Amino acid sequence: MHWPLGSLLTLAWRNLWRNYRRTLIMLLAIALGVWAMIVMSALMRGMTDQMVRNGLATLPGEAQIHHPEFLLDPSVVNHMPMPAGRLLEQLNSAPITAWAARLRVPAVLASEYASRGVTLLGVDPAQEDALGSLPETLLEGRMLAGADDRGILLGAGLAARLETGLGKRIVLMTQDTANNVADRGVRIVGIYRARLQGDEERFAYVGRGALQELLGLEQRVTEIAVSASDYTAVDAWLPALQAAASPELEVLGWTELHTFLGSMLAVQEGFVLVFMVVVFLVLSFGLINTLVMAVFERTRELGLMQALGMRPALILLQVLLESLLLLALGLLAGNSLALATLLPLRDGVDISAVAEGMEMMEMGTTLYPLLALDDMLMSTAVVLTLGLLASLLPAWRASRLDPVRALARH
Amino acid sequence: MSAIVCQDLCKTFEQGEQRIIGLDRVSLSIEAGELLCLSGPSGSGKTTLLNAMGGLDTPDSGSITLGGRRIDQLSRGALADLRLREIGFVFQAYNLIPVLSARENVEFVMQVQGLAPALRRERAAGVLTEVGLAGLEERRPAEMSGGQQQRVAVARAIASEPQLVLADEPTANLDSQSATQLMDLFQALNRNRNVTFVLATHDPRVMAYARRLVRMEDGRVIDDVAQQPSGRPSVGRPSVGRPSVGSEG
Repeated sequence: MHWPLGSLLTLAWRNLWRNYRRTLIMLLAIALGVWAMIVMSALMRGMTDQMVRNGLATLPGEAQIHHPEFLLDPSVVNHMPMPAGRLLEQLNSAPITAWAARLRVPAVLASEYASRGVTLLGVDPAQEDALGSLPETLLEGRMLAGADDRGILLGAGLAARLETGLGKRIVLMTQDTANNVADRGVRIVGIYRARLQGDEERFAYVGRGALQELLGLEQRVTEIAVSASDYTAVDAWLPALQAAASPELEVLGWTELHTFLGSMLAVQEGFVLVFMVVVFLVLSFGLINTLVMAVFERTRELGLMQALGMRPALILLQVLLESLLLLALGLLAGNSLALATLLPLRDGVDISAVAEGMEMMEMGTTLYPLLALDDMLMSTAVVLTLGLLASLLPAWRASRLDPVRALARH
Repeated sequence: MSAIVCQDLCKTFEQGEQRIIGLDRVSLSIEAGELLCLSGPSGSGKTTLLNAMGGLDTPDSGSITLGGRRIDQLSRGALADLRLREIGFVFQAYNLIPVLSARENVEFVMQVQGLAPALRRERAAGVLTEVGLAGLEERRPAEMSGGQQQRVAVARAIASEPQLVLADEPTANLDSQSATQLMDLFQALNRNRNVTFVLATHDPRVMAYARRLVRMEDGRVIDDVAQQPSGRPSVGRPSVGRPSVGSEG
């Protein structure tokens, strides 16, 4: 059997515009559906991406190395040595772009008016800067000058709670490895603003060397944070890092360290697909109606084609081609519309009106839509697959017409 | 040699609780190159017989042989191939594809057959000139008169060079002049190309052109006579009888 694709395409294209109002309405519906699929998935993906990035900035890094007991008991007793040997070599090689060894201990900060429990981070500012884990905005004072800086950097929220300010001395209290209270007076050298208000009240920064000295932990840390800049590619380099670390250390990726974020990403992928399928299922009823009407109106013509010797398979193909053209035009219009909507929003959408609620999900005040090629391809695949499946029924009915009855129809 | 042989064809239709006889033991043998008219009142079975001969409908019993091959038991797909390659159809209501031009309508069957574009174009241009439509090739059906549309349908029927053309009431929607022109065309094609024409009609203008006239009533052949075609219509002119060929009353 010969497949005259060119002729069938010509017929399909011209038939599409016989009832141009109906075609335009269906095109509009498909285009809006595709637009909704892409724009919504870009907003959802942007939201998830920000949640992950904010989460990783706080974590920080896409992988961390700890004493095996540290995650269960994040106290100073579960310390480990500074990286050396193979591990150090691995940390300094591509694709890893930055790493920071730090002390993370629970502590109490007390001013003359109030006291608060915080997570005290003993950091080397140079390493943290490369990792991007230092606060982005300094409101007053200065950042820590080095690992041996004896000052403290507080969030604006925490400073307000402690009713203290820049230049004032506060008392820092924590426990050393022998479970004795270790305390010291420290001067506030800087006040920072964090993207998430909760972080401002939770984290205080001191020099790593100064904290090691207070805790009696020479060259020991509790955490090594590692980053290769792309959180989606951790699985590519994590095994090598795990192999380089000594067996007494635990090396975990961010999805294991922050299971909520990890599952969030997986749920989002599934949700985008479900959303697309639901949107198109609604649209498919319109598509079926359009094709059923087109077949009904052209019963006589389709009967004629069969009478002239066109095989049922070719009739089926012709109706499917008509549907395919309609879907392709709808996809083109929908994708163009989505691009036209998302490009002006690439600098972010202000969601400060709902920022407090969003902060619970580690979101900032600006939402950056993230247009992914995968989502555009997925929406195209969903529309074409479901659209052609929905078209099968009217196409099959057209191919099964009895030519004698069809020709007798007026 | 017989172009088509029908033997004891029977066909009934259900209409509600009524059973209507379409064909009642019809036997007919048509020689190659004949121009035959099936005539009779509405419901006499001429269209049913034409559809059966063209593989558009299958009889309940009996046999149809086309060019020596039984066609009454062929599959749907095989019947489609048969119609595509061996039979040309002309219908009452022109039945052109409205979104295609005259040339594209004529080329349509050849495209489905898989003929090369150059050959299709050449043949389409040739037959359109032959049916008197040179210069109107790119017009769509809606831009043509009824007579012109029926000429396009004839051109489509003969473009793929079938040996048999079946026409069902080809002049029913045409005025007198167009009907005469169309029948002149059929006659010329029958003579020049030796194409077998079987026409179902109750139009005396058409019957006047036939070399053989088969009258039907209630699904049966009641008369089968040869006649001298007039070439031009002579309404109500009695047929000139000659012995029927393989007919049954």
